[in-house]
Amino acid sequence: MTATSAPALSGTDSRGGLAGAPRPRSRRWLPFSPWHLVLLPVTLILLFPFAWLLVTSVETPAEALRFPPLLDPHVIRFANYSDALASAPFVRFFINSAIVSVLTVLSNLALCALAGYAFARFRFLGRTALFAVLMATLMVPFQVTMIPQFIITKWLGVHVLAAVGINHIGALILPNAATAFGIFFLRQFFKTLPLEYEESARVDGASRLTVLVRIVLPLATPALATLAALTFIDSWNNFLWPLIVTSSTNEMTLPLGLATFQGAHSTQWTLLMAGNVMSLVPMLIVFFVAQRYFIQSVAATGLAGT
Amino acid sequence: MVSSEHFAGWAFVTPGVAIIILFGAVPIVWSAVMSFQKDNLLSPSTPFVGTANYRQMLHDPIVTQAIQHTLIYTALFVPGTMLVGLVLAVAMNRKIRFISFYRTAAYATMAISTISEAIVFIWLFDPSYGIVNYFFSLIGVPQQQFLNSPSEALYVIVAMTIWGWSGFSVVIYLAALQGVPQVLLEAASIDGAGPWRRFRQITLPLLSPASLFLAVWLTINALQLFDEVYLSTSGGPLNATTVLVYYLYTEAFQQFNFGYASAIAYFLFLVIIVVTVIQFRVGKRFTYYRS
Repeated sequence: MTATSAPALSGTDSRGGLAGAPRPRSRRWLPFSPWHLVLLPVTLILLFPFAWLLVTSVETPAEALRFPPLLDPHVIRFANYSDALASAPFVRFFINSAIVSVLTVLSNLALCALAGYAFARFRFLGRTALFAVLMATLMVPFQVTMIPQFIITKWLGVHVLAAVGINHIGALILPNAATAFGIFFLRQFFKTLPLEYEESARVDGASRLTVLVRIVLPLATPALATLAALTFIDSWNNFLWPLIVTSSTNEMTLPLGLATFQGAHSTQWTLLMAGNVMSLVPMLIVFFVAQRYFIQSVAATGLAGT
Repeated sequence: MVSSEHFAGWAFVTPGVAIIILFGAVPIVWSAVMSFQKDNLLSPSTPFVGTANYRQMLHDPIVTQAIQHTLIYTALFVPGTMLVGLVLAVAMNRKIRFISFYRTAAYATMAISTISEAIVFIWLFDPSYGIVNYFFSLIGVPQQQFLNSPSEALYVIVAMTIWGWSGFSVVIYLAALQGVPQVLLEAASIDGAGPWRRFRQITLPLLSPASLFLAVWLTINALQLFDEVYLSTSGGPLNATTVLVYYLYTEAFQQFNFGYASAIAYFLFLVIIVVTVIQFRVGKRFTYYRS
């Protein structure tokens, strides 16, 4: 082994299979892995926006408008947070976002599991054609469908049920209550499961729904968790659709509420940053608590795509 | 028994499929029809106008600009995000101290919404009080106008979106790196291949399916850029950041030209299909699949 290759190897080998073999460390020119020299600066750059957001959110308005900026605010002013809460209903936004995201996730799990299971296991008239239609909608970007979706939502609100019309959070849930992606994703997973359990349960007299709920879904927990995580992220961060169908403050979700708040207070930086912190902290907490699931879900889309 | 399976099939798929047909399939056809109609808030009727909406796009200078901005943005954002993700993932794919701290920091960017991200970045890049201009002053770079400058605004949006997607890119590459068999790398190093050579000739080819996936996925998202533009510049200054979806949004929901906006939407769809097909074609040549 040449001396020049040693630094880079020290990291690679540590997780490799050479553990037992004593390897002469020819030369370590640093007391730590040289990869820190890449990771530390990039990580600081990635974290800096978060840090600066927090610092500004507790500055006094006058200090925020200093140039050069104060790196260490002299007064910690938590009043920015109560000021932000007083000028926009962030709690309401949060509750709306939570309702929309949770209901969207639950309905996707239920409806996509039902449909995905039928597409995976049942032979029924029109199955192939129906599935082809679903796959076609999967490829079309949201911008193509948003104008008719807006018209349909408006019509539904006026003629069918106000709760799913313009300016109601129902309009943020219903159009996304089931997705072609979810049905396709679960169908693919169901197809990998062994048939035997389902067949013997059917022979024992269990209904198709019972088989799905009692036998198939427990086996599909990883796929359901992945779908739940992906749907939750999408729903929580969705901006364009709420922007189109929501104008009253009380029905706004966090991204739209925050954007509206920014439009009204675009130069009050301390207020804006306090509002921004309150908007992103709940998702950060959810993310860190369920980090493993989110990461696995994102990685799964990548590995499935490759 | 057979008929019960037909019945069960339809009973199971109907709730989900009905929603997708109502809010997905019907709108696809409907907006295709609308793109051949003159449909705006002023006219009570919606007469068919043939390809007038599509021909109007050819003569609309803002459409030309929007296409240019969208392509420039995509050409910078996609490779930028992939490079950041690749470098970080390779650096993180080892057991060293603080590794979970580094990983968590990169993942954290995934938890932040596009709107939160845009608000932080307009503050960081504020021309008068922003800290980026302060850092620039420390290294002797003159003060910049950033989002207020027609020549710089788009690049600030590139920077903020690369930051926002870096965590995603890291996760995809890290997952792919776990699949690179250690034995191959060890065998190569016994044969005398240096770290750079091992990376170029073993790791990178084995990562190519992940790279292709990221290229396609990020491109589809880049061509649909909207949130950050809406919040930070509203397409300005002087249309410098007007991208296709932003222009489509203003035509549809500020001017209420549904017909014209539908034509732009279908054009966008066409661009996405063409670019994706090219990526798969070209990508196939450089992608190595282990079977």
